[in-house]
Amino acid sequence: MSSYPEKFVYTKEHEWVNAQDGIATVGITDHAQHELGDIVYVDLPKVGSRVEQGKTFGSVESVKAVSDIYAPVSGEVAEVNDSLTTTPEKLNEDPHGAAWLIKVRMSAPDEIKKLLSAADYQSYVGAES
Amino acid sequence: MSDPAGLKKTSLNELHRASGAKMVDFGGWDMPVQYSGLVDEHQTVRRAVGLFDVSHMGEIEIHGPEAAKLTDYVTTNSVAKLKTGQAHYSGLLYEHGGFVDDILVHKVADDHYFICVNASNQEKDFEHIQAFNRFSATVEFAGDRYAQLAIQGPRALETLQKLTPVDLAPIKYYWFTDGVVSGTPARIARTGYTGEDGFEIYIDPLEAPRIWNEIIDAGAEFGIKPCGLGARNTLRLESKMALYGHEIHASISPLEADLGWIVKLEKGEFIGRDSLAKQKDRGLTRKLAGFEMTGRGIGRDGYEVLVDGASAGWVTSGSPSPTLNRNIGLCYLPIDRAKAGQKIQVIVRNQPVDAVVVDTPFYKRSK
Repeated sequence: MSSYPEKFVYTKEHEWVNAQDGIATVGITDHAQHELGDIVYVDLPKVGSRVEQGKTFGSVESVKAVSDIYAPVSGEVAEVNDSLTTTPEKLNEDPHGAAWLIKVRMSAPDEIKKLLSAADYQSYVGAES
Repeated sequence: MSDPAGLKKTSLNELHRASGAKMVDFGGWDMPVQYSGLVDEHQTVRRAVGLFDVSHMGEIEIHGPEAAKLTDYVTTNSVAKLKTGQAHYSGLLYEHGGFVDDILVHKVADDHYFICVNASNQEKDFEHIQAFNRFSATVEFAGDRYAQLAIQGPRALETLQKLTPVDLAPIKYYWFTDGVVSGTPARIARTGYTGEDGFEIYIDPLEAPRIWNEIIDAGAEFGIKPCGLGARNTLRLESKMALYGHEIHASISPLEADLGWIVKLEKGEFIGRDSLAKQKDRGLTRKLAGFEMTGRGIGRDGYEVLVDGASAGWVTSGSPSPTLNRNIGLCYLPIDRAKAGQKIQVIVRNQPVDAVVVDTPFYKRSK
């Protein structure tokens, strides 16, 4: 059983958000990395580009398949985890930590209220699998 | 997520689910795609031994005084050349020369041939063979009578040897014998779909869960792991073995699929022969070729292939190669553009990415 940090909120598309002081750190969940399997490529937007809640902002490719990643919040990309370009396998090892994807300067911080709590996400993936 | 409702299940289904395998709908079957992880399973088969449930594969048995004649008439390879206890890869074709299926034909006796076919094609194959049966032979749909396990990898022989009194070492590649595994009658074939040494055994489905567990126990000292269809796909791709629905289907002939070696035009009349002979006379227009990505990206099944900026073909299978650490694939190309060294581009999510045609197979085991 995976453990989902209580301080994060989650999407049904399997992204997580850690929001602090107007900046949202975004990643994919342990469930997502497990479903994808061995990750070989991560495509992320550039710093300064804009992302919109519910719209794709990048993709993650595993040996088996390509999956889009959806922005859980809207705003401007403030930072990108470039280390994933050379070591995409970190997404399989530490999806909730070192393998965060992007940091977003939120333009509508209230958006995170629409997302799932750790407990809700846990029961969502529990029901799904 | 797969919803198991309505899907067919092998006799090992509960065992897979209880072991935490990730299950998918594979051609209407609820099958394990991955256990410990695709790359881990792939490497385990290349370096040690892996165990696959391939019970979804179908079996068709042909009996009777003219069993050989019927089998020869509906397949491309030369059944007359098979000795008792020998198997070969072959094609089941339509009159127009396209594939009904690709199959393994085993000669059990002069009047008995055992054919292993693809899971999702088994009903179609059975009806196809039956339709051409004007011989003194019976065609039996036997898919429900067999579970099939594949034990594959350099330590496969040592693993299986612990469970059978049959001396496995003398069984040559693409030969088989009827014996006993874990006290149960088994057809033991030295065949596989991974490019490694190994065995495929055909057993009573009711005995399969017990034998699965015994093989896992027997292989523990060699590092055996249960493997899913994900690793099976990357293993067969590295070895350039065709997958029905990808490299081959009803609109592709064995000559185009680079499988001329299973077509024996000189053996006499067979279904599809005239079309293949004509195709050979006229010359092929397209051919299956291997490629390697030189740009960043993976050319996947169905992606368009460009030559000199113009659409020229399509990818049939593509994946990162866990053994070679490169992104490889197979594609159809115009015959004059299918030689190693030809530069091509694959459209990966609307972007052309550079690739080059390479010699195949991508991987060949050292003997």
